[in-house]
Amino acid sequence: MKPPPFRYHAPRTLEEALDVLAADPSAKVLAGGQSLVPLLNMRLAAPSALVDINRVAGLDVLRVRDDGVRVGALARHARVERSAEAGAVQPLLRLALRHVAHPVIRNRGTVVGSLAHADPAAELPAVLALVGGTVEVASAAGRRTVRADAFFRGPLEPALEPGDLAVSAFFPALPPRTGAAFAETSRRHGDYALAGAAATVALDRDLRVTSARAAYLGVAATPLVLDLTGAAGPAGDWAAASAHVLERVEPEADIHASADYRRHLTGVLTARVLRAAAAGALRDLRKAEGC
Amino acid sequence: MLEEPHDIALTVNGVHRTARAPARRLLSDLLRHDLGLTGTHVGCEHGVCGCCTVLLDGDPVRSCLLFAVTAAGHEVTTVEGLAAPDGTPSPVQRAFRECHGLQCGFCTPGFLCTVTALLRETPRPTEDQVLEGISGNLCRCTGYQNIVKSVRRAAELAAADGAATDEGTA
Ligand SMILES: Cc1cc2nc3c(=O)[nH]c(=O)nc-3n(C[C@H](O)[C@H](O)[C@H](O)COP(=O)(O)OP(=O)(O)OC[C@H]3O[C@@H](n4cnc5c(N)ncnc54)[C@H](O)[C@@H]3O)c2cc1C
Ligand code: FES
Ligand code: FES
Repeated sequence: MKPPPFRYHAPRTLEEALDVLAADPSAKVLAGGQSLVPLLNMRLAAPSALVDINRVAGLDVLRVRDDGVRVGALARHARVERSAEAGAVQPLLRLALRHVAHPVIRNRGTVVGSLAHADPAAELPAVLALVGGTVEVASAAGRRTVRADAFFRGPLEPALEPGDLAVSAFFPALPPRTGAAFAETSRRHGDYALAGAAATVALDRDLRVTSARAAYLGVAATPLVLDLTGAAGPAGDWAAASAHVLERVEPEADIHASADYRRHLTGVLTARVLRAAAAGALRDLRKAEGC
Repeated sequence: MLEEPHDIALTVNGVHRTARAPARRLLSDLLRHDLGLTGTHVGCEHGVCGCCTVLLDGDPVRSCLLFAVTAAGHEVTTVEGLAAPDGTPSPVQRAFRECHGLQCGFCTPGFLCTVTALLRETPRPTEDQVLEGISGNLCRCTGYQNIVKSVRRAAELAAADGAATDEGTA
């Protein structure tokens, strides 16, 4: 099938882009097009106009500092995945991006576009939610910073109003003595996951677990973040943490998997990512202590 | 809606090309219908099968998920542009022929473009890198074994070509 007709704008500056978006409430932003163009090709979307941001100057930033990684609206998945600096400050970016579609899709798709698309089975929204990141949103009326827990309102429903453009996203750095891990199960490598989990585990100098948190994709309408510190206890009882999670998830069934199977996967993935994250934290501690 | 045509200029296989087309013209359709380059194939039109893969400024992308207007001003390489100017097939093309990396050939243009970029970035890929590299391309015929062999053979041929060129210039 072919996309329906639309008016096309290719602004060169952010101001110009925001003006066009303000003038037409049913216009849509076109970034990498890896989610939007399939929807257009299948005629599941028919926006009046597309505002192609690919030529807007200044949106391709990828700024890595000690406190976190700022990813501009035109930073493609592949570029963020390859950045060793970004991976060192917030390893979950790389760990999750490897599971986003295929390498060729990642050459075009953008990190911010993936957040703005807000697919409940997508990896990056879960990562942003877990690390407590934010999205910087601009419109002709001004700018605002939206926290991840407020940004994902429902399936494919980000906190973006007509006229809004997500300018960048900020992924805070992984704190010291903390490890991170990501795992998912999909039918075929590169497909959207049936279920997935990201986790961070922090240890103190006596190797007690001071924080264990996980975020899930594919099992709820929006990324589900659970604090498992209490359930795992200071010794890191990952089986207990998994059992705790099983009682809290209410996944839905679809043609790809039954609700029970998704719940089962959630338990398995929980133990897997918590164990891997704890191992990462231990490595971090040993490195810091030079032994 | 009366569609406003756009003048689109881009470089395809090293040649400056222009076309007039509506904004909704996919790059895959511009190549095939407006420019007559039917080597780029179209299967699913939603990014899944990979047979429409072309190189955009050297990087493999789905031409069915890119509007031609977005590609304006950029450099596109299609399967027609992989061989040398005198028609000598590229190492990747030779390897696919040698190793029977195709049967019906429908998926082949996408594989050739994907693998060309893969080997440019990773001249000596591991088994895992080969599998990951071609994981976004579907083939209904071969069962993939000969495609994987072709990729490995292409890496050897490219290395041999490189060595030969090095000698030639030394
Ligand atoms: C075969 C295939 C497999 C895939 N598998 C996965 C997968 O496993 N996991 C996954 O997460 N994704 C997957 N994707 C989707 C891919 O990650 C997309 O790149 C991503 O979801 C959207 O990014 P984009 O830049 O392509 O956005 P676009 O497609 O351009 O836009 C998507 C939506 O977000 C809006 N938008 C984009 N950027 C902005 C912005 N800056 N401000 C406001 N609104 C904006 C658009 O208006 C549109 O509604 C897959 C895609 C394909 C084709
Ligand atoms: S036709 Fe483009 S990926 Fe299938
Ligand atoms: S050779 Fe027929 S689809 Fe691959």
